[in-house]
Amino acid sequence: MIRALMLLRRRVVGSVFVLLIVVIGTFVLLEAAPGDAVDAYIVSTGGDAGMIELLRHRWGLDQSELTRLANYLWALLHLDLGQSVTFARPIRDVILERLPNTLLLMVSATALSFGLGSALGIYAGARPGSARDRFLSIGSLALYAVPGFWLGLVLIVIFAVDLRWLPIGGIETLASDKTGVDRAADIATHLILPVAALGFIYLALYLRMMRAGMAEAWRQDFVLAARARGLSRRRLVLAHVARNALLPLITMLGLQSAQMLGGSVVIESVFSVPGLGRLAQEAVASRDTPLLLGIILTSAVLVVVINLLVDIAYAFLDPRVGAGEAGA
Amino acid sequence: MSGFTISRRKMLAGSAILLASTAMPNFGWAQTPKKGGRLVLAADSEPRNLNPAIVASNGVFFISSKIVETLAEASFDGKDGLAPRLALGWEGAADGLSATFKLRDGVRWHDGKPFTSADVAFSALQIWKPLQNLGRTVFKDLASVETPDDLTAVFRFAKPTPFQLIRNALPALSSVVPKHIYEVGKIEDNPANTAPIGTGPFKFGEYKAGQYYRLTKNTDYWGKDEPYLDEIIYQVLPDRTSAASALEAEEIQLAAFSAVPLADLDRISRVPGLKVITKGYEGLTYQLVVEINHRRKELADLKVRRAIAHAIDKDFVVKTVFLGYAATATGPVPKNDPQFYTADVPTYAFDVAKANALLDEAGYKKGADGNRFSLRLLPAPYFNETKQFGDYLRQALAAIGIDAQLVNNDSAAHIKAVYTDHAFDLAVGPPVFRGDPAISTTILVQSGIPDGVPFSNQGGYKNDALDALIAKASETLDTSARTDLYKEFQKEVAADLPLINVAEWSFISVARDTVGNIANNPRWAVSNWADTYLAG
Repeated sequence: MIRALMLLRRRVVGSVFVLLIVVIGTFVLLEAAPGDAVDAYIVSTGGDAGMIELLRHRWGLDQSELTRLANYLWALLHLDLGQSVTFARPIRDVILERLPNTLLLMVSATALSFGLGSALGIYAGARPGSARDRFLSIGSLALYAVPGFWLGLVLIVIFAVDLRWLPIGGIETLASDKTGVDRAADIATHLILPVAALGFIYLALYLRMMRAGMAEAWRQDFVLAARARGLSRRRLVLAHVARNALLPLITMLGLQSAQMLGGSVVIESVFSVPGLGRLAQEAVASRDTPLLLGIILTSAVLVVVINLLVDIAYAFLDPRVGAGEAGA
Repeated sequence: MSGFTISRRKMLAGSAILLASTAMPNFGWAQTPKKGGRLVLAADSEPRNLNPAIVASNGVFFISSKIVETLAEASFDGKDGLAPRLALGWEGAADGLSATFKLRDGVRWHDGKPFTSADVAFSALQIWKPLQNLGRTVFKDLASVETPDDLTAVFRFAKPTPFQLIRNALPALSSVVPKHIYEVGKIEDNPANTAPIGTGPFKFGEYKAGQYYRLTKNTDYWGKDEPYLDEIIYQVLPDRTSAASALEAEEIQLAAFSAVPLADLDRISRVPGLKVITKGYEGLTYQLVVEINHRRKELADLKVRRAIAHAIDKDFVVKTVFLGYAATATGPVPKNDPQFYTADVPTYAFDVAKANALLDEAGYKKGADGNRFSLRLLPAPYFNETKQFGDYLRQALAAIGIDAQLVNNDSAAHIKAVYTDHAFDLAVGPPVFRGDPAISTTILVQSGIPDGVPFSNQGGYKNDALDALIAKASETLDTSARTDLYKEFQKEVAADLPLINVAEWSFISVARDTVGNIANNPRWAVSNWADTYLAG
């Protein structure tokens, strides 16, 4: 426990610096992109020089970059994410509205890819080189090679347009006034296709890592020793071979959470899910710097927290890690 | 009214039926309008401000025109191409210094308060003139609005203003918002900008960001028996392919503003129960234009501009880029405009040999590599078609020895590059013709416009004769004299080519057969939909 707490403290201090770098980096990058929020806005409205000047002033874009960055950081110190230019609402509200949808999508998709991926990986890795191993390896590689949006579109055409088993998109039935269990079931139905599209792509990663780890473990001495002890094959596979192959998968889980956020941009667009990924895309297109900073910051916190959890899990799963860290 | 459709079934039905359907407005799928029902349709954008009095743009009108009404709406058969809405009559004084509007009696705002001339006066003076993107130009000389009684509004202008212009501006620029809501606090920060209150057939219900807008029936609407629908739901579908799938899956019943890409129309027209409608956008014409930076020495030469015009095969562009859903252009006023268009302008037939000869004549000989000079070409990214035309133009220019380097930007970057930084040689733009050249067309070629104004002459073009013509037309009060001046304007633009008009296009709707009264006015998608209904 003390080990975990020490790890936590060190991580939190480190994370603050990471977040600061993320904020400044994003700000500089977005400022370097040609055109500002007013340029993006007048695409659909037009307007004369006076109107444009008025907008720049109202949205605070007539201040220098440095002033705006300083103002942003100062507000951030007070845990204020500021006002969105495009939505004309507090950014905190805009993000909190979308965050649950993205989390739901990410957690479900991660559970699917990790759960099914490692299960299939164990199945394949139990007999490396067998026919089922080859079949699963090739199949998962094919899934991994498929672009996410394409998989999404194919799923829509089959299950929503042709068979009409599942809704075409969205997070829930529009303006349906459903509540409680009905609403939860409705949301679950809407999540099936996007979770499948997002989860299947990463499934291959876990499957192949698990399988490779197991193939490696089979050649280890302790497996030979376990065999010599006369363990059942089932126990050998699950408790010794698979368990040893599991550790890198946990590491992958942490790394993957960041990638999953990226992948959700595409999936959220294809399935019209009102999530953070889509919001980020809109924020970039409309040059809504404070909104994008808010989203990046939220995602960064999310990734940092997930990786912290992974580290803690690691420390518990593998005593060697914790001992090394504590000694350092 | 059925609208003109290109569905396979109808084609097979033969020319007699086609003839009948255009001759008889009530032929086709017309059923007696039915009450009730929820219309679900696709929306591809979520405007930050839904107040059409401040933001006069199609994206805003698409939703808010059902809630907030204008003084008059465009019409296929009404006098002056208008149908009354909040105004029943309008008349301009001979001296151009005033315009009188007679307003509709018995109209109530959605909160129950009566609509009066004070609301019109407030909207015009406090919003259209100082704040509205288009109104700031059209109403710039509006000095005061008198309200002798509750149902009369008299606009007083500081300088003679052609009434033809005011009349033509009514459908897009005259959204009336309630004074009693807007006189409190700053107009730009009023909560009614995101939850509008109007007099229209539908009330604003709710907005779930990223999901939908819900409009509900106004039971106190002034139109007899209207509206028919109980609810309108705009489902936000950001992906280009989702609208077509959602229509097929019967999750939505309508996709307007070409939410279904042109390439999918042929397939979708064969789906039973769906119809493709090209009517109902006559008042919303977009123009495909090659914008030219006249600061570039080569392009300042009229011979070079004419050569480029000759190098573009407009028929090919209409056929391949627009798949036939467009018309070739002759000049800055589209062919479908009933008031101003003239075909009597210099034209540039597709002729590569002539284009090459013109360039030789101008002194830009082909180099050893076959190129005469190279330039930057920036296609606007707002439409698939503008991007595709950019690709075509690059090839067309290569055929006459001009090496065009494509520069692709996103919307904000494109606006900045072309209209503020002037970092382009040629650009492809889609300006909108809004029923009168003085609203947003003459600005495309007029000189003296400050840097940074989008959809205006930022190419450094200056033609004193053309500027004088535009100035004269802006103060000519007589309708036919003014119309003649704009015909001359078209001739001059086509002759001197400050920009090159290539094609004109509008949007396409795809709907379920059950949606009735579609496309029954020239701005249907942005009109009030009081008579739209769902059969069956």
